Amino acid sequence: MKILLIEDELALQSTIKESLEMEHYLVETASDFNAAMEKLFIYDYDCILLDIMLPGGSGLHLLEELKAHGKSGNVIIISAKDSLDDKLEGLALGADDYVTKPFHIAELNARVKAVLRRNRPEGKNEIVAGELYMDLDQRILLVSGQTVALNRKEFDILRYFLLNKNRLITRTALAEHVWGDNIDQSDNFDFIYYQIKNLRKKLQEAGAVTEIKAVYGIGYKLVEL
Amino acid sequence: MKLLNRSLQYLSLSMLLIVSIWSVVFYLDMMDEIYDSIDDGLDNYKLLIQNKAEQDSTVLLKNSFDESNYAIRPLSESVAFKIYDVYKDTMIYMPFEEDMEPVRLLTSAFEHKGKYYELKVISSMVEEDDLMKSLLQHMVWLYILLIVCIIIINNVVLKKLWLPFYNLLQQFKDFRLGKDSGLTEVKTNINEFEELQIAGQALISHSVEAYNRQKQFTENAAHELQTPLAIISGKIELLLERDTLSEQAAETLSEVLQISERMNQLNKSLLLLSKIENKQFYNNQDISLTKLVKQGVDEFEDFVEFRNLSIDIRESGEVHLHMDVVLAGILVSNLLKNALYHNIERGEVIIEMNENKLHICNTSASVELNGNVIFNRFYKSDAGRQGTGLGLAILKAIVQLYGFKITYSYKNAMHCFEITFR
Repeated sequence: MKILLIEDELALQSTIKESLEMEHYLVETASDFNAAMEKLFIYDYDCILLDIMLPGGSGLHLLEELKAHGKSGNVIIISAKDSLDDKLEGLALGADDYVTKPFHIAELNARVKAVLRRNRPEGKNEIVAGELYMDLDQRILLVSGQTVALNRKEFDILRYFLLNKNRLITRTALAEHVWGDNIDQSDNFDFIYYQIKNLRKKLQEAGAVTEIKAVYGIGYKLVEL
Repeated sequence: MKLLNRSLQYLSLSMLLIVSIWSVVFYLDMMDEIYDSIDDGLDNYKLLIQNKAEQDSTVLLKNSFDESNYAIRPLSESVAFKIYDVYKDTMIYMPFEEDMEPVRLLTSAFEHKGKYYELKVISSMVEEDDLMKSLLQHMVWLYILLIVCIIIINNVVLKKLWLPFYNLLQQFKDFRLGKDSGLTEVKTNINEFEELQIAGQALISHSVEAYNRQKQFTENAAHELQTPLAIISGKIELLLERDTLSEQAAETLSEVLQISERMNQLNKSLLLLSKIENKQFYNNQDISLTKLVKQGVDEFEDFVEFRNLSIDIRESGEVHLHMDVVLAGILVSNLLKNALYHNIERGEVIIEMNENKLHICNTSASVELNGNVIFNRFYKSDAGRQGTGLGLAILKAIVQLYGFKITYSYKNAMHCFEITFR
C-alpha cells in the first residue's frame, strides 16, 4: 500500500510517517504544493493525506486537480481549519474524509484503514484478526465462528482496537472516537475502564485469545497472540 | 430629574424674580405718575380758587371742606410767609365709603387784598391697597400664564428639539458589544448633537475594533496552537509505543501526554467558544429538541447504566427550535454530560421540556453553586477537577447567540439548569 503524505510541518510529517510505517505502508512525503503536484501526477497512491494550507498553494486546489483527473477518491484532508465550510468544500471536491488537527495518531490510522478498505474492489466491509471476525455493515462479531453479542459502544470500541491492532490507543483517543469529540476526559476514565472490562470479559468468555492490554495507565493495546 | 423639568425649575424661579421686580418698579413708577397728575390737578384747582376769590370774596369764608374740595382760613402774615405749597397724603371721612379714605391734600397760602389766607385743597386718591391687590392679582396671572407657556414650549418644542438626543441615548442603551456594529445615523442640524453622535460613533467603533481584534486573537492563537499540539501528542504517543522505554520513563511520558491532551481539550474548547462568539455557525435549520435530547440520552445509555442513574424525561409534545444543528448538538450533549458526570451513584436526572424551556436537574455530591460565576470561563467548582472549565461558558455562548436565557438554581437538593427559548 502506497501512501502520499502532503504536510508542510516537518515535525508532524515525520510523526505521521513513522506511525504509518509501523503499519507497513510505503509512505512518501511532499512538503509543498509543487512537490505534491509532481508526485501526484507521476505516481498512483492508495491513499493521500492532504494538508490544506501549503506553501505555494492551497490543498483544496490540489484536490480540484485530482478531481479533474478522477483521482480524488482516496484523499483524507488533514487540516487545522475545522470550519464547516472547509469540510464541506473538501468533501464536495471528492475527498473521502477529513481530520482536524490536533488528532491522535490512532485516529488517523483508523481513518486511513477505513479509506483503504472502502476503495478495495472486492468491497466486503469486514475486519478479520485471528479468531475475530467483524462485519462492519451488519455490526456482527464472531469469535471462532460464534456470534458474540456486543452493545453499540462495545462494538465501536472493538472496531477501533481492530483498526489499531498492536498499537497504543490512549484513553482520550478512545473516548473521543467512541463518545464524541467534545468529551470532558477526566470524568470518564473510570467509565472507560468499566467498558473495557466488560468487553474483555465478553471476549474471554467467547474464548478469544486476542486481548486488550492496559498500557502504562494511559491507554490500551489490542494484542493478537 | 429630567432636563426639561430642570430647565422649567430654573425658568420658573427666574420668571418669579423678574415678574416680582418688574411689578415693584411698575407700581412705583405708576404711583409717581398718579401723584404727579393729582398734584397738577390740585395746583390747577388752587389757581382756580384763587381766581374765583378775586371775583367773589364769599369764597374766602368757606372754612371747612363739607361738600366741596377746599377750605380757606385766614392767617397772620408772619405765619403765612412760612407756608410753602405742601402736598401730603391724609385720611378723610367719606360718607359714601363710610370709612376714612386716603386723599391728597395741598396746603398753600395766598394773599388777598392785604390779608393772608391758608388754602387747603383735596383730591380723592387711588386706594393704594386696592391698587396693590389688583396689581398683585395681575402679576400672579401673568406669572401663571408665563409658566404655562413655558411648559407648553418645553413639552412641544423642546421635546422635538431634543429628539435626536433621545434617539442617540436609546441607541447607546441598546448597544451590545459583539452584536451591533455601530449607530444608525441620526439626522440633526444641531451642532452639539452632531458632535455627540460623532464622538459616540468613534467610541463605539474603537470598542468594536478592540473587541473584534481580541476575539480574532483568541481564535488565531487557538488555531496556531493546533499543529504544535498535534506534534507533541503524536510524538509522545509514538514514543510510548516503542518497547525500549523503561517503565519509569513511560510513566513520566504518560503524564506529559495526559497534560498535553488536557491542553488539546482546552484549546479545542477555546476555539469552539471563539467560533461561536465569532458567529461561524450559521447553518440554522428546524430541529427537534425532543429528538436531540432522546438521542443524547441514548448516547449515554452505557454511562447511565454504569452509574445506576435514573433519567426521567417529561415532555409535552415535540419541541422545535430553529438553530445550527452542530450547536444544538453541543448544547444538548453539554447539558446532559454536565448532569450525568457530576451525578452520584444511583442518582437522578430529570429533564423537562416544552415549547418555552428546557429544564434539566440532577442530584450531585456538591453543594449549591454560585449561579453568578459558574458560566464564567475557566470557572471550576472544585480545584481538583481536570475539566477545562469551559463547558458552561460554551453553553452560555450558544444560548446567547440565539437570544435564549440560561439560569441555574438549586432546588430539593438538585442542581437545575433552565434554558428559556422565548
